[in-house]
Amino acid sequence: MQRSTLKAWFLVHKWTSLVCTVFLLLLCLTGLPLVFWEEIGHLTGADPDVAPAAVGAQPQNLDDLVNQALAKYPGDVPLFFGWDDHSPSVYVNTGARPDTPPPEMHTAILHQYTGEVLPAPQFNEGVMYFIYRLHTDVFVGLPGMLFLGAMALLFAVAIASGVVLYGPFMRKLSFGTLRTGRSRRLAWLDLHNVLGIVTLGWAFVVGITGAINTLAKPLEQAWQTEQLGEFATRYEGRPRPTTFASLDAAVATARAAEPGMTPAFVSFPGTGYSGDHHYGVFMHGNTPLTERLYRPVLIDVETGDVTARPQLPGYMTTLLLSQPLHFGDYGGIVLKVLWALLDLLTIAVLVSGLYLWFKRGSTEARVTEIERSGLTAEAGAAR
Amino acid sequence: MSRTANAPRSPFIAPAWITVASIVGLVSALLGDGVFDVVSWLVFGSLIALFIRAWMKRERGR
Repeated sequence: MQRSTLKAWFLVHKWTSLVCTVFLLLLCLTGLPLVFWEEIGHLTGADPDVAPAAVGAQPQNLDDLVNQALAKYPGDVPLFFGWDDHSPSVYVNTGARPDTPPPEMHTAILHQYTGEVLPAPQFNEGVMYFIYRLHTDVFVGLPGMLFLGAMALLFAVAIASGVVLYGPFMRKLSFGTLRTGRSRRLAWLDLHNVLGIVTLGWAFVVGITGAINTLAKPLEQAWQTEQLGEFATRYEGRPRPTTFASLDAAVATARAAEPGMTPAFVSFPGTGYSGDHHYGVFMHGNTPLTERLYRPVLIDVETGDVTARPQLPGYMTTLLLSQPLHFGDYGGIVLKVLWALLDLLTIAVLVSGLYLWFKRGSTEARVTEIERSGLTAEAGAAR
Repeated sequence: MSRTANAPRSPFIAPAWITVASIVGLVSALLGDGVFDVVSWLVFGSLIALFIRAWMKRERGR
């Protein structure tokens, strides 16, 4: 590689890294507890322990469960109803109006078989929610999400340019070389290279999927406008119904329409997920892959009949698949622990990169160092 | 003409293998449970072991 090309890549790596490092440190540090959100919820009591269903017990009527939740929050309207795949509990989100945003929603968790309202804190309160907001939008909504997405893209460019620089630097060295007995700077540089390469594929995918996740709101809006808008035109000019057909019957209808799937959640009319005239019963499969790929069944909220079973567009499928690949919550506790360790190694890559920047010399000296695999006079100098 | 035994290995071989292995690890646990999860655990465990090995073999002297 010509020196001028190497210098250009060095500058790309330096500046893309510098711009995103502080934000990436924030994302890595806040991401660490979020990997174990479920486990922390159980340990702190935030997630209630749900007694198993009695043998032969039948699930409660879904309309009764919704009414139980509404009794807890008088004046609210139902927004979402969802099932927990890992316990016999369900949740009901309610709010003052149909388009209540998540930070203002109320949540009731109920035992699916006894109908008991379980003592549980709100999902949008507490330390973990604070960390979640820091990680996703730094409390400024969509602009914050898009900004963090841009930082994630810069991180991906920094990784790619780092790989380009890794080649000439490692030309005369064995994989995994760590020279800690020479200058401190060389030790940090070797550490940065080894850790950067070990975490290469994982960090790149987590970074890119993180960037995709920041587009969740615009993608959902595009989907609602494009696909749900198509069905909404059939109901143009008709006011939003005030009395709804049975939710229990609607879910039974959706189950019959998609016999190989189970319901994940239901959106009520006006929430933005199913127009003003439908329950959106979002069905899913039961494998780690298919449980994330929803199939909406739109049920007319007045007649209880199926209006449509639209296929999710490709961009929504990409978004849904990006979520597990970013959160690492699809391979049990062992994968979560490994995810956390890789996150810690990435923090070390960022910190070592910062150290190298603070100890920087001229760009020419750094490019020479890369060309000579760190075998320069300075590299061997005293600490 | 064949490559000689002393021909230098490309420094990109290791990153290429690590990338392929990481993708296998990421996708495997998505495809199913049981053995698919174990493949993911082995892949990511191996990556961490690679770093531990490099650290154990670090060159301490000048």
